[in-house]
Amino acid sequence: MIDKFVVRLTLLAGVLALAGCVTINIYFPAAAAEKAADRIIDEVWQLRGGEAPRADKPAAPPGENK
Amino acid sequence: MKTATFIYAVLLAVASAHPGAAHAQANLEINTPAIASLQGSMQQRHAQLAPLYAGGAVGLTRDGNVALRDANAVPLAQRQQVNSLIAAENQDRAALYREIARANGHPEWEADIRATFGQRWIGRAQPGWYYQNASGAWVRK
Repeated sequence: MIDKFVVRLTLLAGVLALAGCVTINIYFPAAAAEKAADRIIDEVWQLRGGEAPRADKPAAPPGENK
Repeated sequence: MKTATFIYAVLLAVASAHPGAAHAQANLEINTPAIASLQGSMQQRHAQLAPLYAGGAVGLTRDGNVALRDANAVPLAQRQQVNSLIAAENQDRAALYREIARANGHPEWEADIRATFGQRWIGRAQPGWYYQNASGAWVRK
């Protein structure tokens, strides 16, 4: 009869473990989603490196102000 | 002995049933043919949308779409074309959010992905473009 008890306990543990997995999986990975969004936006808007493409341009080269 | 084997079998089954659990935390899958094709079509359309963003005719909404902000900024003859552009863009965006959710095995994430994109489109918009703030009003970046 101990065997039957162990089997029941194991089943219960299995169900709890499954429930745990589902809980972890349902959590929305916000940081990963932001990263994915940024990569796609880079492509669609043709942005390369830097948040604001206009702002990250270096100052005009010295040769220009003659 | 039998019960020990059974316990191992259950644990193994539980572990193998969720191979993506750890992976999903690190990165979202975005390299699928469907996502690449949507990305390409949106990138092409952007050449036509960019001047409309800059001119204030079209703005970015909070929910990850684009919308006509100022119809008067568009000559009457072009309004129909701009409306079709907006409709096509929003259709692609909806499909994109849905596809990302599906590619990661969580169709129920679609709304969260849309909300994330809504913030990121606005965050990365160029100065001068219009977006909707939290109360729905148009703001010039």
